[in-house]
Amino acid sequence: MNLTLKIWRQKNSADKGALKEYKISNISEDMSFLEMLDVLNEELSEKGEDPVHFDHDCREGICGMCSLYIDGKPHGPQQTTTCQLHMRSFKDGDVITIEPWRAKSFPVLKDLVVDRSSFDRIIQAGGYVSVNTGGVPDANEIPISKSIADLAMDAAQCIGCGACVAACKNASAMLFTSAKISQLALLPQGQVERKVRAEKMVAQMDAEGFGACTNTGACEAECPKGISITNIARMNREYFSAIASSDNV
Amino acid sequence: MSWVSKTLSSTLGQKVLMALTGLFLILFLVVHLAGNLQLLFPDGGESFNKYAANMANNPLIRVVSIGNFAFILIHVIYSIILTKRNKQSRPVAYAVSKSSTNSAWASRNMGILGTIILIFLLVHLKGFYYEVKFGSVPMASYDGEEYKDVFAIVANAYSNILYVAFYVVSMGFLAFHLSHGFASAFQTLGLNHVKYSPLIRKVGLGFSILIPALFALIPLVMFFQNQ
Ligand code: HEM
Ligand code: FES
Repeated sequence: MNLTLKIWRQKNSADKGALKEYKISNISEDMSFLEMLDVLNEELSEKGEDPVHFDHDCREGICGMCSLYIDGKPHGPQQTTTCQLHMRSFKDGDVITIEPWRAKSFPVLKDLVVDRSSFDRIIQAGGYVSVNTGGVPDANEIPISKSIADLAMDAAQCIGCGACVAACKNASAMLFTSAKISQLALLPQGQVERKVRAEKMVAQMDAEGFGACTNTGACEAECPKGISITNIARMNREYFSAIASSDNV
Repeated sequence: MSWVSKTLSSTLGQKVLMALTGLFLILFLVVHLAGNLQLLFPDGGESFNKYAANMANNPLIRVVSIGNFAFILIHVIYSIILTKRNKQSRPVAYAVSKSSTNSAWASRNMGILGTIILIFLLVHLKGFYYEVKFGSVPMASYDGEEYKDVFAIVANAYSNILYVAFYVVSMGFLAFHLSHGFASAFQTLGLNHVKYSPLIRKVGLGFSILIPALFALIPLVMFFQNQ
């Protein structure tokens, strides 16, 4: 198929940047979206032009690096990661607009690459267990019901790609932060630091400049891993009970 | 910073204030509507005027009414703080955005809807609250007792087609605000549960249609009674 691409080009974080149009032809519908961009970049390199920069790593939907805002939606028309999106989701003659995630807390570094280290700092603020929980436990040794373990695993599906922030009209990081708080708050190993974790991670999320939540549900609808906004309600509960009962005055 | 001021400057703390004040205002709407419906009693305004006098003289209602003004103020102030923060969190807009495929219009426009409701509230308070409290009000007497004829003021306002239209349209915007706000407040408070959330959403939708519709019915009926 033949396509017209409108791609955000920006030399560096100080540059203003603009959408630039490219024509691309002979694209197979079996290609992934990133492979299609690889083809474009080869053509650009041969012409001596600067290839389009974009983030990617595993290309199998598990690392969370790929991050393109395609035709008005994070990761494009399907609820999956950009690397798992295939050209069969498009048709011959389509005009496809490709933009970076847009958020104050995700500054553009170059073209479609954004700096998501704000997410790392939220994790660093408390998204870990620092008490000794011993070695790998034997099966069924830890008293926890399957349904709770499932909820924790569902939250742990989050790959930190930032599609929730990209989708949210407020560029809010609440879905991400709530998943990271939930996956530990639900498990016995997470109890010791439960309160301080909720307080610190929410504080860091605010300090990074992400917006607040208006409960639009856009994050959940666009999340490639189907993280539910019930996690946001859980984070709110965790935060309020921590604020009300922690020793942290 | 103390833990209280720290909480109130956090996004979650501010959202709780929005949710609590919003839910209080929802409760207030029900009480207010129950009172207003007496405007439609076919007794020339007697029961409404007596009710209005009772409200004005009851010390408990006076306290609640001050609280109500405070809650509106808190709701508005924090809506400005949050909406401003939310706008600043995305300094560069997308060239193409298909947000209508992932979220409801009302949920994305609570600030605009709220601003329209605020304008309505100011006109509404100027026309009724202020007039009744500080303006010159005609008197009506029932069983030898004198009452402010609030009914006459309302009936007079609702004889103006423009005022009626403004009132009805504003209730439409209130309906949209509530269509998202009702259930949203529960989610903000962390009250999300597989058993109850679907029910809350249904009740919220019903509430957001029924209550504004009944509010809008009153000026419409009074306008046509006047013709
Ligand atoms: C009768 C009047 C009103 C009622 C019953 C009401 C109710 C509510 C409720 C229940 C919410 C949901 C809170 C949450 O998501 O946790 C809400 C949100 C909101 N309200 Fe109101 N409201 C009223 C008037 C206003 C006014 C006058 C304004 C502003 C000028 C306003 C602005 C907002 C905004 C901006 C939000 C969304 C906040 C956010 O989530 O970011 N509202 N309202
Ligand atoms: S490149 Fe790893 S998830 Fe897409």
